[in-house]
Amino acid sequence: MIAKNTSFYDWAYDWVDERLGVSDLAAFARKKTVPVHAQSFWYYWGGISLFLFMVQCFTGVLLLVYYRPGADSFESVRQITYSMHFGWLIRSAHSWSANLMMFSILVHMFSVYFMKAYRKPRELGWLSGMALLGIASVFGFSGYLLPMDELSYFATKVGLEIPVAIPLVGPAIANILRGGPDVTEFTVQRFFALHVVVLPALFLPLLGFHLWLVQKHGNAMPPSEEAKPAIERKTMPFMPNFLRKDIAMWLISLNVLALLASVFPWQLGKQYDALAPAPVGIHPEWYFMSPFEMLKLLGTVLPGAVGEIAGILLFTVGIALWVMIPFYDKDRESGRRGRNAHYFGLVAVILLLGTTVIGYWSVK
Amino acid sequence: MSSHIVLERPGVKPEQEGEKATRRAFLIAGTAAGLAYTAAMAYPIYRYLASPEEMASSASAIKEVSLKDAQKLPAGSVLMFKFGTSPAMLIHHADGTWASLSAVCTHLGCTVQYEPQMDRIHCACHGGVYNPYTGANVSGPPPKPLKKFNVVVGESSVEVSRV
Repeated sequence: MIAKNTSFYDWAYDWVDERLGVSDLAAFARKKTVPVHAQSFWYYWGGISLFLFMVQCFTGVLLLVYYRPGADSFESVRQITYSMHFGWLIRSAHSWSANLMMFSILVHMFSVYFMKAYRKPRELGWLSGMALLGIASVFGFSGYLLPMDELSYFATKVGLEIPVAIPLVGPAIANILRGGPDVTEFTVQRFFALHVVVLPALFLPLLGFHLWLVQKHGNAMPPSEEAKPAIERKTMPFMPNFLRKDIAMWLISLNVLALLASVFPWQLGKQYDALAPAPVGIHPEWYFMSPFEMLKLLGTVLPGAVGEIAGILLFTVGIALWVMIPFYDKDRESGRRGRNAHYFGLVAVILLLGTTVIGYWSVK
Repeated sequence: MSSHIVLERPGVKPEQEGEKATRRAFLIAGTAAGLAYTAAMAYPIYRYLASPEEMASSASAIKEVSLKDAQKLPAGSVLMFKFGTSPAMLIHHADGTWASLSAVCTHLGCTVQYEPQMDRIHCACHGGVYNPYTGANVSGPPPKPLKKFNVVVGESSVEVSRV
């Protein structure tokens, strides 16, 4: 019954709230504030990554409508690209958005790193973020094979040679991933299962956890802000003020994506042919360029299997250090450790950018 | 509604009126832009999802089918073939006459079966029965007769065309 002085809206809200506890959720949502300062721009990049991930889910489901894994995969992608209305656009949006998402995740990661947002109590945010980046890379690697054109065939062939260098278990791991000694329709089939079932099942709960942590702890302030007295710091509520700005950023991202996807449609190469030689100038996607170039450079210093094992070892140690940084540079009292972490980050950026540039240079 | 009446009372400050007008204009422009965005995305997605249907409708626009060597079909038997996108029957009756009918039951779309020993066309789904010469619905749930095609038996083929 609608009591006196209460509108239907209030009554409906109470009805839902009593059963679902919406007001607790709303209170949790209102709690978060966003610091306002000169570096606030970097706070957008996690949201942009999230938006592009949603685009991936949406366009991915649309591609799933016509994609056929296995022996038919190239033909089905050819059909999507050339026969279905706007299929080229949806495929192009999926590929472009994948690349933009990798880019925005990397920007997000480095901004978190240099603003020291991994420090106590945000260690789990950093760890879950690193796991999300890892899964996103596997998304990229597995998705790249699905059209089964020349480039995807050789990229997968080369990529799966890397685990072979692991002593003892390497070849077995590679064969299990590949589904046999060669890249075939079995490889596409299992990469497809990975890409559309296994990886989303891992990614989504982890993403939920990551976002819940951000909501719980709020955005971290960079050390320069933390140094200011509390009355000089400015904040804005996340709900709805910053969310509104976030959505504006999403609109900008959508426009950039629409422009790129329609003006530079993603190409489909020739169907893979196990007997054809690798095309000249073949190179990995930009986000895999740096590790490939590092392995190549290391191979010239330490030729043969020694170099490969050394390379993999070096990567493993480097990534482990990067992941464990919150336990080295723990909080604002870190002092020297904080500075060391900063230099380590600079070395990582220079190394990544440098080897990427060298990689593209040597391809040319 | 009462709050609106209060705001519109004379004596309200002019800039408040102006603020309200720009707010309304902003909301209208925003809604229009939102609708334009939605339409710009919904149209390609609709066309993408509707692609097979458009391909099917161009295939079903076919007016004539040539069935090679079908003139050799023995009397009292049937040849199932595709007319455009849907199944159809070419029946050579025991009395030597020919008939071609759609094989799609007019009740709920199951594919029907020619039964020469019963001299009828039967649908196994809900027991509909049709006349194998005319396609007329004889008994059971079918509301309409089966669609009938023209048959011309040639030297090396049978030509089936829409009436």
